[in-house]
Amino acid sequence: MRAYWELAKSSFRRHSTYRTAAVAGAFTNSVFGLIRASLLLSAITTAGGAIGGYSAMEAATYVWLGQALLAPLGLFGTAELANRVKSGDIAVDLSRSVNLTASYWAQDLGRAAFDVLPRGLPPLIVGALVTGLSMPGSPGPYVLGFVSILAAVSLNFLGFFAINLLSFWVLEIRGFWMLYMVVMNLLSGFLVPVTWFPGWLLDLARATPFPSMLQTPVDILAGRTDGGESLAMVGIQLLWLAVLLIIVQMMVRFGSRRLVVQGG
Amino acid sequence: MPIIEVEELSREFQVMEPAGRFRRRKKTVHAVRGIDFIVEPGEAVGYIGANGAGKSTTIKMLTGVLVPSSGRVSVCGFNPVPQRKALARKIGVVFGQRSQLWWDLPLQDSYPILGAMHRMPEADWKPRFQELAGQMDLGEFLTTPVRQLSLGQRMRGEVAAALLHRPELIILDEPTIGLDMISKEKLRQFLDAERRENGTTLLLTTHDMSDIQRLCQRVLVVDDGAIAYDGPLTGLADVAGAVRTMVVDLAAPVHSADLLSLPDGAVHQGIEAEGIRHSVSFDPRKLSAATVLAAISSTAEVADLSLHEPDIEHLVRQLYGSARL
Repeated sequence: MRAYWELAKSSFRRHSTYRTAAVAGAFTNSVFGLIRASLLLSAITTAGGAIGGYSAMEAATYVWLGQALLAPLGLFGTAELANRVKSGDIAVDLSRSVNLTASYWAQDLGRAAFDVLPRGLPPLIVGALVTGLSMPGSPGPYVLGFVSILAAVSLNFLGFFAINLLSFWVLEIRGFWMLYMVVMNLLSGFLVPVTWFPGWLLDLARATPFPSMLQTPVDILAGRTDGGESLAMVGIQLLWLAVLLIIVQMMVRFGSRRLVVQGG
Repeated sequence: MPIIEVEELSREFQVMEPAGRFRRRKKTVHAVRGIDFIVEPGEAVGYIGANGAGKSTTIKMLTGVLVPSSGRVSVCGFNPVPQRKALARKIGVVFGQRSQLWWDLPLQDSYPILGAMHRMPEADWKPRFQELAGQMDLGEFLTTPVRQLSLGQRMRGEVAAALLHRPELIILDEPTIGLDMISKEKLRQFLDAERRENGTTLLLTTHDMSDIQRLCQRVLVVDDGAIAYDGPLTGLADVAGAVRTMVVDLAAPVHSADLLSLPDGAVHQGIEAEGIRHSVSFDPRKLSAATVLAAISSTAEVADLSLHEPDIEHLVRQLYGSARL
């Protein structure tokens, strides 16, 4: 366990060396938040004050929470593992006395821990100043929200890790990556809340782990769900976590048997 | 018990090659074909061969990152692929062209992580790290991020990383590639001392003959995926007929080879630069460079000279050329 703790710490430190990148990222998240919020707000005004149970203020809160969590949750993923397979550096990872998945997971948690403040706070501050936020007043949603964020970070990590692991079988994963990004962006509730979907699409989304990756922590943090509902949603997140973990471990197991390490 | 046991080890790769304009055909490449060898604890073995001979493929199978197509491998009593993590705590691996350090962190930050990975308590890895840092002169760049280190500095850091957990066996895949003479020599001295003091078994691949001469008592020559020679280095030179070449630049031109006096056994190879540059080859087991130089100096004034050692590719070619006759 100490090794994974050290890896998480080192990853936190590694990301903290790129401060300019963090500032640039936070700026981008805030600007896109302004664009998304103004689009949603004009849609809600046209619709007569509310869409799918979201008032103007609630829709704005949904946008700003989403923008703030975007980076910490790792919604854009990283192709590090696939790149290391391509370069052959995977040989170094496999020569270490740690579990491959767990070592990358620990590093992603370290990254997320760093991203929370510099990437999460600026969009929330901009949101609070420009549109205002409707946040719950009791501590419950924040406590459960924290657990839900941890689960969502892990789910996003495992989802992208599975796509990365395809590089054990195919030389180029870009096609799979694009497909995953499109499906995930839609079904995770990043573009619009999943409850705005038509019934069939909502059912489809709920049959996948994607809403657990963003919609769930946003809803819990915004206090849209009561305690019991929130607990159930965290339960669903943990269930998906178990499913994805099994899939990823199977992929590592069978993939590393047929992996050809590139280069001399 | 041997530390490495390899029996009938083979590895094939399927590659696609073009067949006609659109079709592709599967082709099987035999990278390693049925090799056998044993390494005893404390040995220092050089594993040499030309590019593409199968060296790295063998190393990957020994460390468990590549599954053999057939045959048996045992390293430190482990079956490398299924027991990869346990094996990693017993061996140290240095891939000359890859890094096991954390690229964007100061060099010293890599060692606590490695210590934790090997499940060493701080009281155990820290003194060992300080010992290695002292021996390898890491002190002045311990706080420099790995990405800013020179190749020589990084390589010393890599070797220290591979030795942190006092492995029984250290496998080095071209550790001196791209290093300058001083860095190479420092690394060799260190590896040699490490082996003497701790009895660490050494297996290294290299293209540098001096690495082998300085470090290894035994060489394994691999050619086209098979072991071509297994024995002491001196034996290899006997088999392959290694020759050194001395190139001298004379102060005044000498236009004929006959005008230059040479000891018995030295062969004049040619004249360049209008009689200024002469090259002479000789068998290092029969003649010393000093004898050859003294003989030349007796008839002509030598302005400059250089010595060329037989390189491994050349030896292997000689070896294979003669074995096939």
